[in-house]
Amino acid sequence: MVSRSLTLKLVSAIIVFGAWEIAGRIPVSYAFPTFIDSMKALSAMILDGRLFAAYGETLKPLVIGVLISAVLGIIIGLWIGLSEWFDWLFSPIFIVMQAAPLAALIPLLVMIYGIGLTSKVFVVCIMAMPVIVLNTAGAVRNTPSSFIEMGKSFLASRREVLAKIIIPAASPVIFSGLRLGVSAGFIGAILSELKITPTGVGDIITFSRSIADYASMYAAIFSIIVLAVVFLNLLEMLERVLFEGNVRGYASD
Amino acid sequence: MVMLQTNALAEDQSVLDQTDNAVSVSNVSKNYGDVEALKNLSLDFPRGQLTSLLGPSGCGKTTLLKIIAGLLEPTEGEILVNGSPVTGPGEDRAFVFQDFALLPWASVLRNVAFGLELRGVARSEREDIAVKYIKDVGLEGFEKSFPHELSGGMRQRVGLARALSVDADVLLMDEPFSAVDEQTRRKFQEDLLALVANENKTFLFVTHSIEEAVYVSDQIAILLPRPSRVSEIIRPTGLREKDSTSIRRDPEYLDIVDSIWESLKTYVE
Repeated sequence: MVSRSLTLKLVSAIIVFGAWEIAGRIPVSYAFPTFIDSMKALSAMILDGRLFAAYGETLKPLVIGVLISAVLGIIIGLWIGLSEWFDWLFSPIFIVMQAAPLAALIPLLVMIYGIGLTSKVFVVCIMAMPVIVLNTAGAVRNTPSSFIEMGKSFLASRREVLAKIIIPAASPVIFSGLRLGVSAGFIGAILSELKITPTGVGDIITFSRSIADYASMYAAIFSIIVLAVVFLNLLEMLERVLFEGNVRGYASD
Repeated sequence: MVMLQTNALAEDQSVLDQTDNAVSVSNVSKNYGDVEALKNLSLDFPRGQLTSLLGPSGCGKTTLLKIIAGLLEPTEGEILVNGSPVTGPGEDRAFVFQDFALLPWASVLRNVAFGLELRGVARSEREDIAVKYIKDVGLEGFEKSFPHELSGGMRQRVGLARALSVDADVLLMDEPFSAVDEQTRRKFQEDLLALVANENKTFLFVTHSIEEAVYVSDQIAILLPRPSRVSEIIRPTGLREKDSTSIRRDPEYLDIVDSIWESLKTYVE
């Protein structure tokens, strides 16, 4: 099964990159380089160390923002899911955050927090946190009531009900929220570099475009997508290690 | 199942203990807002016997069972288990759920040992106990399986093993066989008779099946709805001495089934 899923992944990669190459060769636009040109630009950037220096900058707000969003998001989500009062108090904030046109809010953030790291971390958090919080809260609220009754009837304490029943039961949806949140965090990190101050990967994108080096621009975009995919796969592995039963289906099927 | 041979000794025991009640419900009422689910209900459950709560749907039999389990609080009235009042779930009671309530992320072994895990029993000890009961309910070899890999009947056997492994005096069974197929159900009913005979436990059994209630019970409490009260208590006299395979042909069995249906008929929409 593992090798089959690997084959499928390879096939889909070949199709996408092949289409990219063909589209670049037609060309669909002067500003759209071929896949091979983009990869050449990418290896050039890796070799001269430019890419690593760029990620040194980009990863700072990204990692800090994603970590804050994950930890705080899950805690607040659990709380919202458990307490009606907390739900009333905090849910609207995250629903507004999720719906807000972030690009329009960035000037406001810059006015308050300046153009440094803080603003960028905020952008990442605003992108990543709501979906983590809302997914976690929804999952907690949907814990099958018979699981909780079962726990209580076998004398579980409140803490045991939370740790041994509610969180494992909610974990598949919490993890899908984390996946969505992390992807959104990546978007937020690049957005902040494009909209606040051009640093890191955002700088490569902006600069390359300004000198019409489209191969480098797409190489930078490609690298961030690769990084996001790697990160999401790591997250999936973490889920598999922590909650073995999740990948095996459910009693109700 | 291994533990299931009829045991004449246990039979005598249950007759001797007839006056001793494991669970005693007195004047219990339960209101949900303006709705009276149970009204002034009193009922005794003799030790070592199986008492069925039988009634049309919505008659509050599951509510009563959950109140006895300590999962719901009565609006009024008192429940005594082994003489002490119920204030919440306790070590003296174990619950078997209609929908099994197995943890889908845990193996059969962990599910069966879960009650002991919550009681703080050390891992190796609780797993030894769980392995024994998994064997008793006939699931040997499935310890490492996950619930979704089992059939409905096997899942309920896991639920039963979990309830047995905590060694509670009173087993509360909420329509335990209603989600399994007819053939598995019949096997379960036969196994349950042997379980009642062999284990020195008190069984409270909620069911909506008249035949099932008459087949497995020492005592049948008929509940009538809106608000729930006990309308009748039936104690089959001659069925316990019969072989489990001939009960369904016994005239007493057939008469009781008919008379219960006569009295319930008017309440079924």
